[in-house]
Amino acid sequence: MSSTEQIQVRLNGKDRDITFGHTVQSLLEAIEINPLAVVVEVNREILNRDQYSDVGIHKGDTIEVVHFVGGG
Amino acid sequence: MTTTDPGMTAEVTKELDGPLEIAEVKFASRLIVGTGKYTTNQIMIDAIRASGAEMVTVAVRRVDLDRTKEEAILHHLNPEEFFLLANTAGCHTADGAIRYARLARAAGFNEFVKLEVIGDDETLLPDVQATIEAAQILAEEGFKVMAYTNDDLITALRLEDVGCVAVMPLASPIGSGLGVVNPYFIREIKRRLEVPVIVDAGVGTASDACLTMEQGVDGVLMNTALAAAEDPVRMAHAMKAATIAGRLAFLAGRMKSREIAVPSSPKVGMLD
Repeated sequence: MSSTEQIQVRLNGKDRDITFGHTVQSLLEAIEINPLAVVVEVNREILNRDQYSDVGIHKGDTIEVVHFVGGG
Repeated sequence: MTTTDPGMTAEVTKELDGPLEIAEVKFASRLIVGTGKYTTNQIMIDAIRASGAEMVTVAVRRVDLDRTKEEAILHHLNPEEFFLLANTAGCHTADGAIRYARLARAAGFNEFVKLEVIGDDETLLPDVQATIEAAQILAEEGFKVMAYTNDDLITALRLEDVGCVAVMPLASPIGSGLGVVNPYFIREIKRRLEVPVIVDAGVGTASDACLTMEQGVDGVLMNTALAAAEDPVRMAHAMKAATIAGRLAFLAGRMKSREIAVPSSPKVGMLD
């Protein structure tokens, strides 16, 4: 597969086309998210931050990127 | 004493009261505050500082990838300054709440979670069955669960049984500002539980916080009462003083009330 191939993933509730070959780490960088400020779940599995560079993103993956917001 | 003396807000010494202790973590303040619904982040942080609270609640939500608004709270709230208590607000099932709790723990601050499972959207009253179920699983996973619940003694006992480190009955519905609608049951829950009892939700103004603490509970948690006050920072000062006042009044032991007047000054020694 060429590195420019697009795959569709579900990212924070929206379908998005991204380049094939991303890891969680590189995807966060591509969407300008500080990896230290978020928690990432891929296909309902919560990742440790030290896994971000190892976990690849595949077609059809459901990715949730969450953080802390104001709440009571 | 000058009229600008900031000392009018009581400070509590060791002799007057001990710390609030939850799962071996000690807090000098018995007031826990939320971070939601403030008009600006600056007002939020100013109000939280004025309240004297050390433990503050936060929620877990998706990052807005379109950047339509900046919601991240940790730019404003230094985790070194405050003890972050993540909540599971908005969850309607045990599974959902467990998922949110795990996400919160993965953020890496602590093992504490404010467990909240909503059973009804109109009243935001808790689904107590789902809350107990989630509390048990989370406690088994090592979470320090502080469970938001109804003012129901049996549920509170069950939550303690399954390993909650604090039980948090409501004063009245979330965001209602109705105050303590059932002081008797709050007292009963406090009387029967060994873990700290923290009244969570429903406090509207300073007298509500004071009355809550006068029931003998270990702490009080509020958000809207500060965030929705016309002047949140001033209200935060009021809530700090009221929480201390209610606590000290409880510890002091109030006089017996009676339905007749008794003079405070001597009856003897009056002039002819």
